[in-house]
Amino acid sequence: MLPVPLGHYLTVSAILLVLGIFGIFLNRKNIIVILMSVELILLAVNLNLVAFSAALGDLAGQIMAMFVLTVAAAEASIGLAIVVVYFRNRGSIEVEDVNMMKG
Amino acid sequence: MIATLAFYLFAGILLVSAAMVVSARNPVHAVLFLILSFFNAAALFLLAGAEFLAMILVIVYVGAVAVLFLFVVMMLDINFTQLREGFQRYLPVGATIGVVLLAELVIVFGGWRIAPGSDAHRFAPIDVAVENTRQIGNILYTDYILLFQASGLILLVAMIGAIVLTLRDRKTSLHQVISKQVNRMPADTLVMVDVVRGGGVPADHYLRPKVEEVAAPDAAHDSHGHGGHH
Repeated sequence: MLPVPLGHYLTVSAILLVLGIFGIFLNRKNIIVILMSVELILLAVNLNLVAFSAALGDLAGQIMAMFVLTVAAAEASIGLAIVVVYFRNRGSIEVEDVNMMKG
Repeated sequence: MIATLAFYLFAGILLVSAAMVVSARNPVHAVLFLILSFFNAAALFLLAGAEFLAMILVIVYVGAVAVLFLFVVMMLDINFTQLREGFQRYLPVGATIGVVLLAELVIVFGGWRIAPGSDAHRFAPIDVAVENTRQIGNILYTDYILLFQASGLILLVAMIGAIVLTLRDRKTSLHQVISKQVNRMPADTLVMVDVVRGGGVPADHYLRPKVEEVAAPDAAHDSHGHGGHH
């Protein structure tokens, strides 16, 4: 089913996941890039699910990948809405400024 | 053979563009590289036989989510050079953690073998004679119907949440007050002017808005009443 061994898919997915985590470390101030890094991490998860689904010949993995896509889309929209509201209130999107809710 | 080459091509472009997403100087470029990486991930899905998911990825991710990112990046007037402070400072620790994590993941998953008897435990075995989309529909609307509806509910909550978060009541915007519109009578706003028969219609002799009465300070016509006539 897979054109290459399963390990190659898993390696690509692992590199993608690490790139996403690295992006969160690297752009600690820019919340938009952090959200994009989260998207990359979820894409790595989906790639894993699809690769296992194809390797095992079981369709359940693709269904799960679809649900992950749904949740990721919802998360991105809510996150961006929060960014817009936050920018409206503060005029900046620096993550380190997000302490106005501190009691 | 072609499929193997295509896999390495798409995987390479996917990883390079993902690296550009996290390291691009301009966030608009980052979003464009994100779109490129989504396209290449969709190609990898296609190579694995997940045709429906590949199309969903292109339509939903490239068409909706990435464009949403693009909107937000372009809409907000952000000083991005200021946001890149500390980029060099976090680079070593991030790279160290990334390399360690990657090494661990590759050690664990690189030589993954599937247990010989696992075929018997498959939930929905893939039938190569049936199209991928039809197969997904067959089990999505039967076995996974509750999860499917729950994901619809998640999307509904996300939609309501995004609207509630970003909707704001501007004082300057013109609101529609339905009761005022419904209760409005012709006599409130129009005057009937007698026209002399055979004398023609002078420029100001016809049914026309009552300009003087409307201009008077009136509680019914405040700044955000029905903005029809002034």
